[in-house]
Amino acid sequence: MIGVGKTKQYSNVLEKPLSRGRQEVSLSAFAFLFSELVQYNQTHVDNIGELERRLEDAGYSVGARVLELLCHRERGNRRETRLLGILSFVHSTVWKVLFGKVADSLEKGTEHEDEYMISEKELLVNRFISTPKDMGAFNCGAFVAGIVRGVLENAGFPAVVTAHFVPMEGLQRPRTTILIKFAEEVLRREARLG
Amino acid sequence: MAPLAPRSGDAVFASVERVNAELFTLTYGAIVRQLLTDLEEVDEVNKQLDQMGYNIGIRLIDEFLAKSNVSRCVDFKETAEVIAKVGLKMFLGVTASVSNWDADGLSCSLILEDNPLVDFVELPDACQGLYYCNVLAGVIRGALEMVSMKTEVNWVRDMLRGDDAYEIRIKLLKQVPEEYPYKDDE
Repeated sequence: MIGVGKTKQYSNVLEKPLSRGRQEVSLSAFAFLFSELVQYNQTHVDNIGELERRLEDAGYSVGARVLELLCHRERGNRRETRLLGILSFVHSTVWKVLFGKVADSLEKGTEHEDEYMISEKELLVNRFISTPKDMGAFNCGAFVAGIVRGVLENAGFPAVVTAHFVPMEGLQRPRTTILIKFAEEVLRREARLG
Repeated sequence: MAPLAPRSGDAVFASVERVNAELFTLTYGAIVRQLLTDLEEVDEVNKQLDQMGYNIGIRLIDEFLAKSNVSRCVDFKETAEVIAKVGLKMFLGVTASVSNWDADGLSCSLILEDNPLVDFVELPDACQGLYYCNVLAGVIRGALEMVSMKTEVNWVRDMLRGDDAYEIRIKLLKQVPEEYPYKDDE
């Protein structure tokens, strides 16, 4: 049983009441921590694809936990079973809790049935990051893509999620788009549910 | 322009941009998990966390000095108070209390009741030697080194290991006088 064998003063972490989620830390504390995460991974990889994958893996574990926490706290333990339901959960609830605002937009891909895009003018994690030219299209938003993948996969909607820069006219910095490509089984299930 | 008056921790925290503490907590958890997978040895992870904290600390001190307008601290006692009340509040949103001063005033303890790094965390039996919040020790050490104080920072009590609070022991080793970066004859 968890907790048995530890000293008496330590209360089982599962017994502690869940906080209301209102506590805040400064943005710079998070930015510093994220920069250390990226810097640490940079020293352990040989190429950009590997770096993106590691950031995504880190985000995946965050996403899995965020899903559990928010389902319990915000949704009263009700699971989303429909595609649009889970997408709007990610786009509104998850984004609002993690980044303080709902995502800028949620669009359905025109070319493929299984693609959806969440766009953001400037991702919170990218605010203090500038990518050197020799890193090409690398986007630290891979971390956020990992969070989304973590949420979706643990909710039963396996998908491949990637982050891309999309240059926009009139904007100095390119917009970031999180591209979600759902697995076959998700679409089949969705079609069956009607 | 007249020098600005130093601001209290709460005032500074209210004026900086803030994010949800849970994002911060979960990201830190992801970092520790990655380190444990890569390094496997708990001591190596402790060292790496301290190093990461050090890298953060040497940059964090600039932001701290710029935003909080604190004047030069007269002695180490004041330094510790400023860290506990203004510094920690400004970045983590929590304050600490300073206690257990030793006889010559060079060593003290910061006691944290509330620590946003460790929400939802429980240490498994395999990682009992891990100082989960070691990054904080590194941050303090790095920040103080950039203001000419060489310190040694250790964890004394850790709630994840069964104690009742988080206690960091800071010991001032020496004050390094600031070196003028340019040679006089150049």
